[in-house]
Amino acid sequence: MSKLIASAAIRGANKIITRAETKYKEVLDKYGPDQEVGFPNTGYYLPIILGILGIQVKNLGDMKQVLERCRVLLPPMVKEKNALPYLAPALDAGMATLFAEELIEAIRYLEEPNFYVRGEDPTEDNIWLGAADDIILRKRGIEFVDGTAPGFAAILGSAPSPEIAARIAQELQEKNLYVFMCAEHNGKRFSEQLVEAGIQIGWPTRLVSFGPDVSAAVFAMGFATRAAMSFGGIEPGDFRKILIYNKDRVFAFALPMGYVTDEWYANAAGVINWGFPVIADTPIPEVLPTGICTYEHVVSNIPHDQLVSKAVEVRGLKVAVAAVPVPVSYGAAFEGERVRGEDIYLECGGGKTQAVEWTTTKDMNEVEDGKIEVIGPDVDDIEPGSRLPLAIVTEVAGRAMQEDFEPILERQIHHLINYAQGMMHIGQRDIAWIRISKAAKEKGLKLSHIGSILHAKFHQDFGTIFDKVQIKIYTEEDKVKEITEKARAVYRARDARIEGMTDETTETYYSCTLCQSFAPSHVCMISPERTGLCGAYNWMDCKASYEINPTGPNQPVEKGETLDSKLGQWKGCNEFIFKASRQKHDHFNFYSIMDAPMTTCGCCECIAAVLPTCNGIMTVNREYIEMTPCGMKFTTLAGTIGGGLSTPGFVGHSKYNVCQRKFIAGDGGIQRLVWMPKMLKEELMERLKKRGEEIGIPNFHEMIADETVGSTEEEILPFLEKVGHPALKMDPIM
Amino acid sequence: MAKKKKLSVDKTVTPLVKKAKDDGTNLVWDRLEDQSPPCGFGKSGLCCRLCAMGPCRINPLKEGEKKGICGATAETIVARNFSRMIASGTAAHSDHGRGVAEVFLAAAKGEIPGYEIKDEKKLYQVAMDFGIEIGDRDTKDIAVDIGEKALAEFSRQEGELLFLKRAPLKRQEIWRKLGIAPRGIDREVVEIMHRTHMGVDQDHRNLMLQGSRCALADGWGGSMIATELQDIMFGNPRPIAGQVNLGVLKEDEVNIIVHGHEPLLSEMIVLASRDLELVKLAKEKGAKGINIAGMCCTANEILMRHGVPLAGNFLQQELAVTTGAVEAMVVDVQCLMQSLADVAKCYHTKLITTSYKAKVTGAEHIEFDEHDALNVARKIVRTAVENYPNRGKEKVLIPDEKNDMVVGFSHETINYLLGGLFRAAYKPLNDNIINGRIRGVAGVVGCNNARTVHDSNHLTVIKELIKNDVIVLTTGCAAMACGKVGLLTPEAAFEYAGEGLASVCEAVGIPPVLHMGSCVDNTRILMAATAVVKEGGLGDDISDLPAAGAAPEWMSEKAIAIGQYFVASGVFTVFGTTFPVLGSEKMRKLLFEEFEETLKGKWAFEPDPEKMAQMMIEHIDKKRKELGIDKARERVLYDMAMRRELEG
Repeated sequence: MSKLIASAAIRGANKIITRAETKYKEVLDKYGPDQEVGFPNTGYYLPIILGILGIQVKNLGDMKQVLERCRVLLPPMVKEKNALPYLAPALDAGMATLFAEELIEAIRYLEEPNFYVRGEDPTEDNIWLGAADDIILRKRGIEFVDGTAPGFAAILGSAPSPEIAARIAQELQEKNLYVFMCAEHNGKRFSEQLVEAGIQIGWPTRLVSFGPDVSAAVFAMGFATRAAMSFGGIEPGDFRKILIYNKDRVFAFALPMGYVTDEWYANAAGVINWGFPVIADTPIPEVLPTGICTYEHVVSNIPHDQLVSKAVEVRGLKVAVAAVPVPVSYGAAFEGERVRGEDIYLECGGGKTQAVEWTTTKDMNEVEDGKIEVIGPDVDDIEPGSRLPLAIVTEVAGRAMQEDFEPILERQIHHLINYAQGMMHIGQRDIAWIRISKAAKEKGLKLSHIGSILHAKFHQDFGTIFDKVQIKIYTEEDKVKEITEKARAVYRARDARIEGMTDETTETYYSCTLCQSFAPSHVCMISPERTGLCGAYNWMDCKASYEINPTGPNQPVEKGETLDSKLGQWKGCNEFIFKASRQKHDHFNFYSIMDAPMTTCGCCECIAAVLPTCNGIMTVNREYIEMTPCGMKFTTLAGTIGGGLSTPGFVGHSKYNVCQRKFIAGDGGIQRLVWMPKMLKEELMERLKKRGEEIGIPNFHEMIADETVGSTEEEILPFLEKVGHPALKMDPIM
Repeated sequence: MAKKKKLSVDKTVTPLVKKAKDDGTNLVWDRLEDQSPPCGFGKSGLCCRLCAMGPCRINPLKEGEKKGICGATAETIVARNFSRMIASGTAAHSDHGRGVAEVFLAAAKGEIPGYEIKDEKKLYQVAMDFGIEIGDRDTKDIAVDIGEKALAEFSRQEGELLFLKRAPLKRQEIWRKLGIAPRGIDREVVEIMHRTHMGVDQDHRNLMLQGSRCALADGWGGSMIATELQDIMFGNPRPIAGQVNLGVLKEDEVNIIVHGHEPLLSEMIVLASRDLELVKLAKEKGAKGINIAGMCCTANEILMRHGVPLAGNFLQQELAVTTGAVEAMVVDVQCLMQSLADVAKCYHTKLITTSYKAKVTGAEHIEFDEHDALNVARKIVRTAVENYPNRGKEKVLIPDEKNDMVVGFSHETINYLLGGLFRAAYKPLNDNIINGRIRGVAGVVGCNNARTVHDSNHLTVIKELIKNDVIVLTTGCAAMACGKVGLLTPEAAFEYAGEGLASVCEAVGIPPVLHMGSCVDNTRILMAATAVVKEGGLGDDISDLPAAGAAPEWMSEKAIAIGQYFVASGVFTVFGTTFPVLGSEKMRKLLFEEFEETLKGKWAFEPDPEKMAQMMIEHIDKKRKELGIDKARERVLYDMAMRRELEG
């Protein structure tokens, strides 16, 4: 750290801590020490303070000890000559800065509850999103875990013009990075510049307008800190592990744009503790020796057109940018972008017209690789705001191609199309729904580009399982109708086949260690009747994934000798688990919540928990934010059992798994399920009914309590007794 | 004395030497002239006076069989003499350590007022290293256990010293394999005295194995106990600003110089000097206050912990008195020139001895008693204050020279400085060694020697090293030499250091030369080296590190003990000035070559400081090559698969 930076950081820290102290005294007088404080809908209190200091700030009174720690951490000013070493004190001051800013933001939430909007999107009159709640954390966190998003850029200040801001944001989006924005320079803010440039901001496009002030930087750092606790399974207060985890696994960096104030320096000193380097567009002093960060700490005076590539290099990040021949930007960050209302140039499907997607295998000589045909009108042939029927048929051929891979390739169509800027995709199979924006049409995007995208990406991502692919895009009604019929027959056959697979008749299961980038001791084991807890991987997906990448995170595991058929334990699986968990676990049971349940990484769709009084279990999906009968909200549950732990009484699972035959079969099966949120019940209703019939209780779905019945065991027990829930007559669960 | 010969690079020396002459007193350089040239047999280690058949001497120039009357060969005589130097040096450091342990235990038991536990963290660390239960026990009880265990290390008869386990595992294996893991501190000293007695151990390699074992009992035993327990009692040094050189003496204050090696009394003298009653008395006597300044390693101890100014190093002790401005020169043990008594007589200065182990004829003796330490200190300060009116103003010459410095780099503090409270680690140091910004690490330590130009060799070696991006850790009189020319300031990085080292110094805000304390504190360098090994990426033993040690102006037997424990810990160590084994080819071969095979560290001798620095740099480069870090590395960019490979 240069002396200038250290001096400025310590000055800035002093100002911010003093501001927090003043603010604290003010609100303490007004509200008293027992006033509750915190960020909305989170189990992590004020996450930086929780993670680093291990202090749970629940009410105003709790802030006192944090402020005292800030003061202790605040070093004396750096002398001009014969100065004492300043790097360590400045880093400490930076840390204290972030604590103080987190308090400032918490006080803002108390004083102005509507200062920030709730949810993922800005509203008409408010673009400031504030702290990410735990739903956003988990939903978005998974992208960090599986690599869809390698990290984030924290942008402070503003670019010289909205155009430059838009270009930098787009470049970051193309590298799949999240963009977390705060602070003001020259009366402008980066988020506001993006809005001015007509860019859609919000979590869905990864352009996150946290807040107008520099103190909103804590929302970015809080996100990173929570990632370590929730996905890394690191205990609050284990600051060293949390910081190193971020240095090694969360590829974030700070981009101060514009004049770097003392307060900015203080924040920069803070984020360096996490191993996040600072790349500035102004000529501030540089700190090049490595150590706290993986490479340089502060790099400066970078021209705007090199800013992103320099930042990525300094952070030591390898980004695979998709080379897709389309006239618009392409990347995961554009997946959440919406096309609606006046913006729509062309719409296909969505109930207005028929749209269908179908992947099918052909003989090698029937397929000409890269051939793209549009049969019927394309974008250029129609008026703005038109609708067309649509069928996207991908015909694949290759020696390694198997029929089982067809649905896997077909399922990619959704996000691959969505990644194109200005093209929106919803649904799948025969309920697909596509929109193309006017802006995209303006840039030259056509329906034929769907073919270009699928050809390029199929080869990039799945090149090992097929050799050739050609794409036919139909927009003529009779053709679309004909193909829809053919496709539906195939869908039915596929469903029957996967439904028919059982664990007993399958000798090879698959592992999934995709999440080990974030939860190093977590191992998912996936059998036909126990899909991955994230909901993204079933047995077939894993099989294909292995074929595609034989050394990747999905490995075949010969299940071997059956050690316990009821609980679901196999010798071969145990051996694999021991090795893959890096000796943290030597066994688990596939079908039990009570006895050595499978580990959970933190990105599970649902968490089941035992309800002893009801002699059953409940499950809750991560979208449900209210209290549950086990006494914990989803987020607390996830925080408790995530991070690669096996916790008897709790298990993470996918939504789909609830109606699979082996769902907690070792503890009595679905008959144990006494409570789930209404929204989840409705989502699973069709399959719940079917499963009820299978177990001989056709009205089983009506016996499961939800929040309309109650949210405590005491409240739901009378209901269960009234409806004669089967769990009450089963053997004691504990 | 030869007027042409330059005495020192320190500007305080010439005017004060002249003043001494004018005032009619002799100094070290005058006596040097009387003692020149030195006896060639003694100098080369070939003089044996161990029995009454002798003294014998081996003439290296004589043809044919060359043996002592008893038949002792050149290498046996040299090895015996060298081993005895190690024993003496070990005894000096360790007796210091024992004294500290005794005071520590008495303090822990609450038997002596004034001493307390200042560093609990270090207390727990030492307790863990000693295998003492911590639990929820009272710190006092833990301290009692530590005191007892520490004292028992001196008289231990079997097993191994407890601190050996701090060393890298590979290093411990080497010691065990060679059978040189020390059993007890006193035992190893006694065994050298036995084995070097007439007619006992007469194999130079075998003698030097015991020499190594004894030296290790110093570095990983007596000295380490001294450092660790002093830190617990007086506080682990942290970076602090200080000043050095005779200019720190004050014209209008009572000047008291504390000189020697132990902080036990000087800590109390610092306290007593702040006693309001004594300050008032000083004012009554016409002084504006009481000024404490240190000399030699006592000075380093109180400088590192309190920022008390340094008056100077070994060769300046007589000069301090010559200023005519020193009311009392208070000495404890080691490196005290007997001539101080004579020089003091020429002025009003009172020479006060305080240890029953170190009396000087003609000095006033006020004995240090740890049970009444503060009162003894008050008595000493009072004596000085009362002497103030006797200062002859016309006889005062205080040089202007004094320099700023930043000191206080314990190995624990370095750990903090490299990453702050939350990311403290040696990793940034290792990283920058690996990436080549820092070429290597050198420990440059040791004494002054009147036979070389005062401070000159230290400064030449150190400047050459830092110019070549080698960061320097320093202690003792070498450290003071650096302080006097500004090498211990952060600004020195820009003026003297190579670009790479300077960039790291700038980033951390440290000088290119780090002052780590007194000469017993060389153990801090051992611990820093161990911390670097344990951080990873630079091999698994101290001998793998791109590091070297040197004592360019050594003179005491303590320096030989230190040098041998560095060599036996795997460090390439170069001594300057002269070296007492040069008379035996076999001993030269053992120390300069064979040790590299067995101990993985070796000695070298090089009186030319520039060549000395080059030898160290060559060694560092050799180690860099062996580690495969001699070439620039490509930047690794991480993708998700690589992140999954990371250990949890």
